Amino acid sequence: MADYSIQELMIISAAREIADGELVFVGMRLPITAYGVARLTHAPNAVGLFECGIARYAPAEDMLYTMGDPPNQLNAAWLSGLVPVMSQLQRGRVDAGFIGGAEVDRYGNINTSYIGDFTRPDVKLPGSGGAADIAAMSKRLLVIMNHEKKRLVEKVAYVTSPGYLSGGDSRARAGLKGGPSALITDRGILRPYGPDNEMHLASIHEGNTIEEIRENTGWNLKIQPKMIETPPPSPEEMAALHKIDKDGFWR
Amino acid sequence: MLDKLHSLKDAIAAHVPDGSSVVLGAVLEPDIPFAATHEIIRQGIKGLNVIAPISDASTDMLVGAGSVDEVTGAWVGNVSGGLGHNYRRAFENRETPAIKLNDNSNFSIGMALMAGAYGMPFAPMRSILGSDITKSNPNFQITKNPFSEDEEPVVLVPPLAPDVAILCVQRADSQGNNHHWGNRGVAQEAALAAEKVILLADEIVQSDVIASDPCRVLVPGYLVTAVCHVPAAVHPSPQVGCWKRDNDFFGEYHSRSRTPEGFKAWLDEWVFGVPDHSGYREKLSLRLNDLRITGSAMAAPTNYAAD
Repeated sequence: MADYSIQELMIISAAREIADGELVFVGMRLPITAYGVARLTHAPNAVGLFECGIARYAPAEDMLYTMGDPPNQLNAAWLSGLVPVMSQLQRGRVDAGFIGGAEVDRYGNINTSYIGDFTRPDVKLPGSGGAADIAAMSKRLLVIMNHEKKRLVEKVAYVTSPGYLSGGDSRARAGLKGGPSALITDRGILRPYGPDNEMHLASIHEGNTIEEIRENTGWNLKIQPKMIETPPPSPEEMAALHKIDKDGFWR
Repeated sequence: MLDKLHSLKDAIAAHVPDGSSVVLGAVLEPDIPFAATHEIIRQGIKGLNVIAPISDASTDMLVGAGSVDEVTGAWVGNVSGGLGHNYRRAFENRETPAIKLNDNSNFSIGMALMAGAYGMPFAPMRSILGSDITKSNPNFQITKNPFSEDEEPVVLVPPLAPDVAILCVQRADSQGNNHHWGNRGVAQEAALAAEKVILLADEIVQSDVIASDPCRVLVPGYLVTAVCHVPAAVHPSPQVGCWKRDNDFFGEYHSRSRTPEGFKAWLDEWVFGVPDHSGYREKLSLRLNDLRITGSAMAAPTNYAAD
């Protein structure tokens, strides 16, 4: 195995999804680290937004447990409210947004609300937070999740955050643009492919086989014709990550 | 001038009767008025509709204590631990849920409070289109944009005008004029939408301190019903310039609330085991010293001179 952890490869894969100058809705933990790596490497002019009402250029210097912690407020680009910041999604300004979830399906719909019937759920999950808004209104949605058969399911029980809904043009018919552009897992990267917008395996992380990945996916996962092996982290990317992850949390 | 300074105990008793709709936790992860959450539980207030986009563990505590009939929110859990155990127990393995959930996204809560604040009959929005939130919460209506030539769907959000908004600020005078700095979540919309506002101030200052910088005022004192001097009212959540986040406290709460018995023991220790918030602070003791922000990162002075 190479000289990096799978979490580090996921972070760097996520960082590569951010282009320079983009406005990015950043989530906690892995996404905020990915944003930091992107800023230090290929995207020095990216801007990060946080739903609690914060805009930042450089990521916070100190450890954050939540996006509202004091280090994320110190020297922010803007401290404002939820409505002024989240309205930039609806205004169509936000290039990319990160979310995670408990379940994702073949059309990239995400569930973080209920497992089972919502009137009598088997499991009650915390809910949307800002995820539904980010999924609906970002130009590109980036989803990060561990690759397990119970998480990557044929059809989610409840669509908290819309992907391509029932595929094809159903998202557009619901009045939405954008949609998921990447589902980054610990085994590979899935992307929508073809007119049906079904999530296909587009990139495979080192150490996995297509067979293993298909076995760990809850639908009949198809492979993009131009599937690649995920490029390993470059020395520059690893240096940027280690600069941010001083304590080696992700190693 | 009317003095609006009251003890937290008196302010909650006077302005949060059973069945109130209450904004508790308007700033998302920081500035959560946990002192008020605990006082509501201590007074045995029931039947609340708790309104908050994300309130960290505050809503979970109120649900577990039996104070809540309804939650109007986007996310209920424990930011450090993930799931909220009391909240889960209110829904799982039951014929019918023990509480009513009015599902929202963060933005739809913001739009609802904005509509309430500005006296709008509803707020139009697009960003929960495609989500099942519009199915599990029947209060939203999807219609067609009357100004569009295309068949463009739009979500209509009914306004929220809460009975009371409970908010934390860094400093206030005795009339409720105040300074708040840091991100604001939906605090300003909530204060403008609510019938009453209860402020928990970390510090009480002379009025000229507040008047010297009116741009930092969350809402002016004439909109404030009561102001309470409660240092560290936000604990264990953070407050810019005052308190760091007590992450371990959230973690301990998460593991102890895993069972109903564990939660009850936690409540007996941290809520019923102290007479009021000053007793809670005494119990925290040295831990609170470690959480106090002692550094200095002052903003540049701002000139408001008129001539």
